[in-house]
Amino acid sequence: MKVVVCIKQVPDTTNVRINPETNTLIREGVESICNPFDEYALEEALRIKERLEGEPVTTIAVTMGPPQAEAVLRQALAIGIDEAILLSDRAFAGSDTWATSYALSRMIDKIGDVDIVLCGKQAIDGDTAQVGPGIAVHLGFPQITFVKRIEEITPKKIRAERMMEEGYQVVESRLPVVLTVVKEINEPRLPSIRGKMRAKKAEIPTWTAADLDANKEYLGLNGSPTVVHKIYAPERKKDGQIIEGEPTDVAIELVSELKRLSLV
Amino acid sequence: MDYQLTELQQEIRDIARRIAEEKIKPVRAQYDQDGNFPWDIVKVCADADLFAVFLPEAYGGLGGGIMELVVATEELSRACGGIALCLAASALGTIPIVLFGTDEQKQKYLPDLAAGKKLAAFALTEPAAGSDASAIQTTATKDGDHYVLNGLKQWITNGGEAETYVVITMTDKSKGARGASALIVEKGMDGFEFGKKEDKMGIRGSTTRELIFRDCRVPKENLLGREGMGFMVAMKTFDMSRPGVAAQALGIAQGALDEAVNYARQREQFGHPIISFQGIQFKLAEMAMRVEAARTLIYAVARSIDAGDTKCAKESAMCKTFASDVAMYVTTEAVQVLGGYGYMREYPVEKMMRDAKITQIYEGTNEIQRSVIATNLIKEYASHKRPAAAKVR
Amino acid sequence: MGIRIIEGKCTGCTLCVRACPFAAITMAEKLAVIGPECTLCGACVPVCTFDAIELIVEQRKPVDTAKYRNVWVVAEQKRGAVQSVTYELIGAGRELARKRGSELHVVLMGHGMDGAAEELIARGADVVHSMDHPAFAEYQDEPYSRVLCRLINKHKPEIVLCGATAIGRSLIPRVAVQINTGLTADCTGLEIDADGGLMQIRPAFGGNIMATILTPNHRPQMATVRHKVMKEAKPDPTRKGKIIAIEPRKEDAYIRAKVVDFVEEIESTVNLAEADIIVSGGRGLGTPDGFQLIEKLALALGGAVGSSRAAVDAGWIPYSHQVGQTGKTVCPKLYVACGISGQIQHLVGMQSSDTIVAINKDRDAPIFTVADYGIVGDLYRVIPALVDRLNQR
Repeated sequence: MKVVVCIKQVPDTTNVRINPETNTLIREGVESICNPFDEYALEEALRIKERLEGEPVTTIAVTMGPPQAEAVLRQALAIGIDEAILLSDRAFAGSDTWATSYALSRMIDKIGDVDIVLCGKQAIDGDTAQVGPGIAVHLGFPQITFVKRIEEITPKKIRAERMMEEGYQVVESRLPVVLTVVKEINEPRLPSIRGKMRAKKAEIPTWTAADLDANKEYLGLNGSPTVVHKIYAPERKKDGQIIEGEPTDVAIELVSELKRLSLV
Repeated sequence: MDYQLTELQQEIRDIARRIAEEKIKPVRAQYDQDGNFPWDIVKVCADADLFAVFLPEAYGGLGGGIMELVVATEELSRACGGIALCLAASALGTIPIVLFGTDEQKQKYLPDLAAGKKLAAFALTEPAAGSDASAIQTTATKDGDHYVLNGLKQWITNGGEAETYVVITMTDKSKGARGASALIVEKGMDGFEFGKKEDKMGIRGSTTRELIFRDCRVPKENLLGREGMGFMVAMKTFDMSRPGVAAQALGIAQGALDEAVNYARQREQFGHPIISFQGIQFKLAEMAMRVEAARTLIYAVARSIDAGDTKCAKESAMCKTFASDVAMYVTTEAVQVLGGYGYMREYPVEKMMRDAKITQIYEGTNEIQRSVIATNLIKEYASHKRPAAAKVR
Repeated sequence: MGIRIIEGKCTGCTLCVRACPFAAITMAEKLAVIGPECTLCGACVPVCTFDAIELIVEQRKPVDTAKYRNVWVVAEQKRGAVQSVTYELIGAGRELARKRGSELHVVLMGHGMDGAAEELIARGADVVHSMDHPAFAEYQDEPYSRVLCRLINKHKPEIVLCGATAIGRSLIPRVAVQINTGLTADCTGLEIDADGGLMQIRPAFGGNIMATILTPNHRPQMATVRHKVMKEAKPDPTRKGKIIAIEPRKEDAYIRAKVVDFVEEIESTVNLAEADIIVSGGRGLGTPDGFQLIEKLALALGGAVGSSRAAVDAGWIPYSHQVGQTGKTVCPKLYVACGISGQIQHLVGMQSSDTIVAINKDRDAPIFTVADYGIVGDLYRVIPALVDRLNQR
């Protein structure tokens, strides 16, 4: 059985800012990390392998990104993922979620005989949650999104709980399937020292666009139906107002303001 | 400053630091209060390979030495000296087997200890035998293929939680100091029981119990080394483990220094953060200096031991004494810097002060250590191995 | 396809370096070098006075956008009840349709939805495409996306909107890829630009940056919008519209990932990062019991409870509630900070919230510099008054 986990290297978004004068991204001092949701996906892949003890299961981490994205693949290897592959090519630059999910789906197709594709719910830089379902459609696989618990897994089928606002659906699907996971699903393990040493020495192959059996029209900026027209810093707050008076009067005024803003 | 750590040492430091920050810090106050054994943290450390750092690869270890143990212990102690002790004390019980075990004994015990599946403990102290170790009264009488143990060990860290105990007993009282032997005793052996859990001032995240032996039969295969080598096993073990204890003290001191500096930067009085006051600055500088000196001494001793130097008993005693005195000083000063908040249990420094005290007492009191240092000095100067005083020109 | 610096023309003037919004251009030996951060946005091309930057972009075959017309909203229903996010989208969609001089259609799929289609018309739909069938009672990815794709391909809407809910975020990405068009998630603003295209405005990087996205060459332009971002359309029972029944096809029932059950679970602790409203308490509460008041206010507002670091360090509330640099970063629609001074470490975690209300005794507390509404007063009097007022309505 093959379990592929799609992960992404993202900037630590709490620190990303725009220089308001030039409208440019301030990149100094912004660390690159593994997308937190993907850490949960990696952990779940390891747990699936543990649950299917007796079955030959190979876990594979893949990422589409610039050469430095290799760092997140090494993190994956350090916690026990069997293999890692980097998909990197200037041809992918400017990809939106359509083109990204297309490229990843070609990669998964090339890996071949993949039974489960795991993704984190969303990436904390784009925040779209679109790549997982996109991969499912490109591959022609069914999907279960927002998985918070896998109730049962066999080499042929899966039953999982999908988180909704007011509860969860229980979804049964045959394999192969694409799963996106939420943080409630598990507690990611820490790497072991042996794992980290092994990951440091590991050979991570890089695939380029030429390695994929892909339609060039659908890659990179070319292949992206959406384009970023403009980025800018959110509006600075105008000076706030102080509400004064007796608590009951203050309450009346504040609540009416909140009502006006449709917050209550 | 770059401490010139090897790749393995850096990985150990990074993982231990992560565990300290993410896993230990959130729970340390609770364990300090309840005194329960932190099995969940032990499991996290075991999964991260931290129990294996100083053990030979042939037996499931990572092939490191005392320096690796020091780095791991220091980082964990920075978060909690008590929880870190669970690992350090297990190392103390494991080292005798590494030094004196036969291949069979090593094969039998080391892999599980390296994997953190089982814990070890070292048992020498008795109610009437602390600094005067030769006054131990636990006996092990040969009876056919077994030794029969009788006696009481006191204040044994990991007592009751560990599976593997290295116990120093008298096999031949008539030979005095040469009549002691080291035996590996396993939890569950007939006649081996535990006393109550001690209620301690500090390091409450670790568990301390009495070991009670009543006609406990131990197979003769469990003898470590030969009969009569008991105190040598103990001394050689302590020589190796002393930097580890020192590292625990160092970690506690560093943790306290961190808290003091962070607090001083945020706390404002008289319109300024208190770290801008020279009085506080001088205090913090003194604390930092002593921590750094302790670190340098410990690292030097650990590296020497790993390089095969067998002549560092004096420096080993120095690093334990110095680091523990530094820990007591730094933690007390940290409470002072935090003022009223430092005295409150809501803030972590009062615990660190309570944790630090034991490091001046166990593993050989600092008074005994000073005796050892002095004795070594006398020997060195008496044998002209040291240059005579320089002649004044 | 790509971008390149024409070496013969580049003079190393660095104008392009400063123009790049992604900091992707550096200089190497007086020649511009474009790094992997480049997204081919083209901002550098016109800036270069030496025409030394060449951007080669071949778009994939654009669709004939003139063939696409009308604004569509995909309704969300649960167990027969249309969710209010749909009415918010109708409100926004009506405005877009007006600007485009076209109609607003709503797609409704479900079962047992008596009167729902009529309500949608009252809210503003000109046409409701309605599928009422047992197989569609519970949302499932494959049947819903299959039908929606079929409808879109047949009717060719210009714009399709849907709620960014659990259902919307599972359904619409599938549809967008299937029909080969662009989708922008979690839009906070939707406008029509000068060329009649849909400007999809959304936050990125956790809310620290705003982006305007376009779908220039593909149709429909699809966007999801979060609950409570747009204003609900008010119902007008006199409005007239058409209801078209969608005929289910046999293959619609074909499904590989089947919903076998639904389990209701009202979480008692709202996920802080996802909460629309957060009420936080800080050191100003004075005692841990103060959080009972915070919980009352949170309940009255329908929000989650957050905390500053001070309250967490004091042990008044678990770390999972901590907002700030060492806690969670949140961007809710409403953030109420009670007894929180507003140290930078806290502000960093919440200052991009849409509306900030601060209640603090200290007029000079830094929190007031980011608050939209500041109340200087005793929170133990102000909060009960607020709770009363909210519960009155």
